[in-house]
Amino acid sequence: MSVRAQSTIVGAAETTRIGVVPDVSALEMHAESARLAVEDAGMLMSDVDGVAAAGLSPIAVAHYLGIAPTYVDATTVGGCSFLLHVRHAAAAIAAGLCEVVLITHGESGRSRVGMPPRVADPTSPQGQFEAPYGTLGPPTMFPMGVLRYMKEFGLTHEQLASVPVAQRKWAANVPRAMFREPLTVDDVLASRLIAYPMHLLECCLVTDGGGALVVTSAERARSLPGPKPPVYVLGTGEAAETPLVSQMEDFTTSKAFRLSSASAFAEAGVGPQDVDHLMVYDAFAHLPIYGLEDLGFVGRGEAGAFIAEGHTSPGGSLPMNTNGGGLSYTHTGMYGMFLVQESIRQLRREASAQVPNVEISLAQGVGGMFMAAGTLILGTAAAAGV
Amino acid sequence: MPTDDHQNKPAPKPTPETEHYWEGTKLGELRIQRCRECGQAYFYPRPSCPHCFSTDVSWERSSGRARLHTYLISHRPAPGFADEVPYAIAVVELEEGPRMMTNIVGVEQTPESLVLDMALEVAFEPRGDQSVPVFRPRRDS
Repeated sequence: MSVRAQSTIVGAAETTRIGVVPDVSALEMHAESARLAVEDAGMLMSDVDGVAAAGLSPIAVAHYLGIAPTYVDATTVGGCSFLLHVRHAAAAIAAGLCEVVLITHGESGRSRVGMPPRVADPTSPQGQFEAPYGTLGPPTMFPMGVLRYMKEFGLTHEQLASVPVAQRKWAANVPRAMFREPLTVDDVLASRLIAYPMHLLECCLVTDGGGALVVTSAERARSLPGPKPPVYVLGTGEAAETPLVSQMEDFTTSKAFRLSSASAFAEAGVGPQDVDHLMVYDAFAHLPIYGLEDLGFVGRGEAGAFIAEGHTSPGGSLPMNTNGGGLSYTHTGMYGMFLVQESIRQLRREASAQVPNVEISLAQGVGGMFMAAGTLILGTAAAAGV
Repeated sequence: MPTDDHQNKPAPKPTPETEHYWEGTKLGELRIQRCRECGQAYFYPRPSCPHCFSTDVSWERSSGRARLHTYLISHRPAPGFADEVPYAIAVVELEEGPRMMTNIVGVEQTPESLVLDMALEVAFEPRGDQSVPVFRPRRDS
């Protein structure tokens, strides 16, 4: 069964403030963005019958808001969780399990207000086979394959540094972005090393913020139209590879990216050449490089030069990470929600750095250190053929 | 370079399925598993083959010979690593095929000294009451 274009995203919102927000808890960020997204959809909270969340329990979020949902999704596979929530909601709505699903994210990633404690488990596979070697958070694990990629494909340090440079060009036009000042390759290479070969400016921000989405059937979006044009869910995908970055099958490519995106393209009935706007989760500078290749936008080994030559920058043929990305806009920890928010803004023609004529936008999320992936191909009514 | 601070580094805690592996490291043996069904060696320890799903698997002692597959050099100290920054966190490929995360010892922790595909051999370092495999440049290479 294909669920192509049977569901739509009719409400989308981020928290009023993102960045440094020490006076709001993670739970309230879920709730604030939920209220704003429901309002954006022209609905009432009482219209919601399904709730999905990651980071905090959807039950905690639903109860806080006053909802007793009859569909819950607590899928938690890292930063791409919300893309999977959209996929699951689309399937559940098509199957008649629920009608209006609210998907929420809120994370006090920087200020750590109302956040569950980080707990190390020495009996887990990671605790036994990785932590004893001095891993300390994503910067010491996620870029593990970059040197191998450089050796296999000739990627240069300058090309890698061009990723945050390209995205800063977009962020310059985005008032909500945390960093907007122009950046050069030399600036990036002069910033301090965090985990060679990654410099500080090749690592994402750490911020506070939240966002929420309202998903409903295309039929309801037509019969009870809201104030904004519905965004159609054309194709979706999800996949998981490994909880241990050290056990990736091939350090130069993400198996989860490949599987997830292939599923989404097949369902949507489109290919990379049909995508007008692209969001690729950029926790670190190498992710967009892996994403461009694994999704088939460029050939193997070509992505570094493609970005360095400006093809993903403003005015380029493939606008990518147009909010500035996790490297310049915001990165709460589970950044995937913000990929989807920017895809929706572009399709609704309300983005700060608006790209002309976006009919199809693809959002590619990652979870953990290439642990999991989620893909959403979203489109306008014209792209959906309705 | 390595110091006496190993006891403050994170120590693994074996589960019943990994106990045999950790008993081996205490004896200076790197034990891996091999599937009797499909013949492939694998890591990390578990009672079924990740290649063909068979539960007919055996333990064997790895030669301990490996090559440096990929790495990064962390400039931020994890607990117990304060005297070693910057230090490499690496993935090596064992002669038998499986890959594992490790540290590289007995060599400067610099891109110039750590060359991909260089030949390595296993050594062992304490972590709490356990011993973990690390790798050093191979002497006969």
